[in-house]
Order: sequence, then structure tokens, then C-alpha cells
Amino acid sequence: MKRISTIFRAKANSALDRAEDPRETLDYSYQRQLEMLTKVRRGVADVATSRKRIELQRNQLQVQSDKLTAQAQKSLSMGREDLAREALTRKSALTGQLADLEAQHTQLQGEEEKLTLASQRLQAKVESFRTRKETIKASYTAAEAQTRIGEAFSGISEEMGDVGMAVQRAEDKTQAMQARAGAIDELIASGALDDASSVNRGDDISRELDAMSSQADVESELAALKGSSPQAINAPESPAQTSAEPAADETAPVEKGQQS
Amino acid sequence: MIVRILGEGQLEVADDKLDSLNEIDRVVESAVESGDDHAFTTSLAALLDGVRRSGKPLPQDSLDDSDLILPPADATIEEVRQLLQGDGLIPG
Repeated sequence: MKRISTIFRAKANSALDRAEDPRETLDYSYQRQLEMLTKVRRGVADVATSRKRIELQRNQLQVQSDKLTAQAQKSLSMGREDLAREALTRKSALTGQLADLEAQHTQLQGEEEKLTLASQRLQAKVESFRTRKETIKASYTAAEAQTRIGEAFSGISEEMGDVGMAVQRAEDKTQAMQARAGAIDELIASGALDDASSVNRGDDISRELDAMSSQADVESELAALKGSSPQAINAPESPAQTSAEPAADETAPVEKGQQS
Repeated sequence: MIVRILGEGQLEVADDKLDSLNEIDRVVESAVESGDDHAFTTSLAALLDGVRRSGKPLPQDSLDDSDLILPPADATIEEVRQLLQGDGLIPG
């Protein structure tokens, strides 16, 4: 791995060799350091934005997934195993996507942390370089300054190379994830994921459950009104109970049942 | 001797630890040459781990350059090859 170090150093020092008066390169380099500091901070912000986007998507998918679980439970409690199975099937598709998002989230968190630390290290070194630069400019002639500047340069240049690379790698990783996140956003926006439980195709579970529960409500309220079990309504034996007296009350509960 | 792990920072490693680290380093290099992903991942992890364990972090404001620069922990063989060629990965 020694070769990496040599190549790194050669790159770092090439800027220094081009300068006439090495003292001039101090200010130039300092400007570049500040630019790099801005760049790495922007990198941190970019990664954080991507992370938040993934968190948002994760929450949206989680809501969908919880809804499907609730539907599956309701379906089962109503004896509709077929509906429960359908809800769970749709949920399992979301579970895969959730796991994928979770993995991306972990990776982005790692990148964010790394870049934050890198920006702290660079900031400390830039600060140190600034002090050294002022000392060199004030106390040395161009000829004397050469060595001192070389010393100050090599450490900071190496850091700049390292940070530059870290920002680049983080950008590459984030970009790859953004393409996938974009696809999920489109899915969410198009309602294709919602479909699984609420909009067109998916609404069938909700609609059927709603229909079943409103029907059940009607039956049970009717039964309550008649003071008998639901079975008794299916086979009315006492027409005396459906007298005019409770009929006025009967309309209200039935409407309520249909609305729900 | 000062060692930089790219993406992590610099550490001061005592000279008497270098022999054992050099041994792992040779494994990493041969894995890069032969393109053996598994050997590369495990040996690089061992090398970085060895450096982290035997090294002491350099102060953040130090302007010393490193004697040895090591690839980042999540580097791929391809990335290390690019580092060794001197183009692509190192900006500037």
C-alpha cells in the first residue's frame, strides 16, 4: 500500500511546485481549503436530505403496511380468510421494500457521520494552516519560506485529497440511492402502493370489509331493536314485534349503519 | 510512523507493530492483484483493524503528512486499483 501514499503525495505537491513565490501559494491554498470545507459541509447537508427523504418514504410505507395488518385482522375476525390472505400478500411486498429502505437508511447515516467527522478534521487543520500561514508570511523570506511551506502544505493537501475523495464517494452512493428513491416516490405518487389498500384495486379489501361491517351493523341493530338474535330476523316468527311503535326509531340506526 | 486510513483520519503507529501489519498488507496486495474479493475484504478489514488497535489518533489540527495511506474500510478492489494508478479517486 506504500504506492498509494506516494501517488497521493505527488498529487498534493504538484500545486506547490508551480508557484514562483511559494508565499503566494499560501493564500491560494487557503482559499481552496475554505472551498473544500464548504464542499464537505454541503456534502453533509445533501446526504442528510437524502436520509430524510428515505425516512419519509419509510414512514409512508409503514403506515400502508400497518393498515394492511389491521385489515387482515379484521378480515379474519369476520371469517374471511381469503381477504386476510390478500391483505397479507400485499403487505409482504411492502415489507421487502421497507427492508431495502432500512438498509439504505443505515448506509446514509454512516456516510453522514463520516462526512461530519471529515469536516471537523478539515476545519481543525484549516484553522491550524491559517495560523501557520500568517507566521510564515510574517517571518520568512521567499527562500526560507520554501521548506516551512512545504511542511504546512503536505499535511493539509493530504487531508484535502482525503476529504475530496470522501465527498465524491458519498455523492456517488447517494446518487445511486436517489434513483431508487425517485422510483419509490413515483410509485407512492401514482397511488400504485396505496392501491394495495386504499385506492382502486386495493380498495376492494376495504370496501368489502366496510360492506360486511355495515351489513353486520344493520343486522345487529335490527336484532337489538327487535329484541332478538340476528337468526330470528332471518326467520321472523313474531310479526307482532314489528309494530308501528319502534318503526320511527328504526330509521336512524339503519342510516348510521349504512354510512359507516 | 503516521498512518492515514482514508475517510477516517490519521493515527500514530508504533514502529514495532509494523512487521505484523506489513504481513497483512502483503495479503491485501496479493488479493488486489489476483482479484480475490473475499480475501481482499477480510485482509483489508484485518489491516485497518490492526492499525486502529495499535495506533493513537493524531490531533485533528496536526499538519503532518502520513507515511502510509490506506484505502477506506468500504473500498472495493476496483477502487484500490484506481488509487494505485493515481487517477480517478484522488481529486486534484
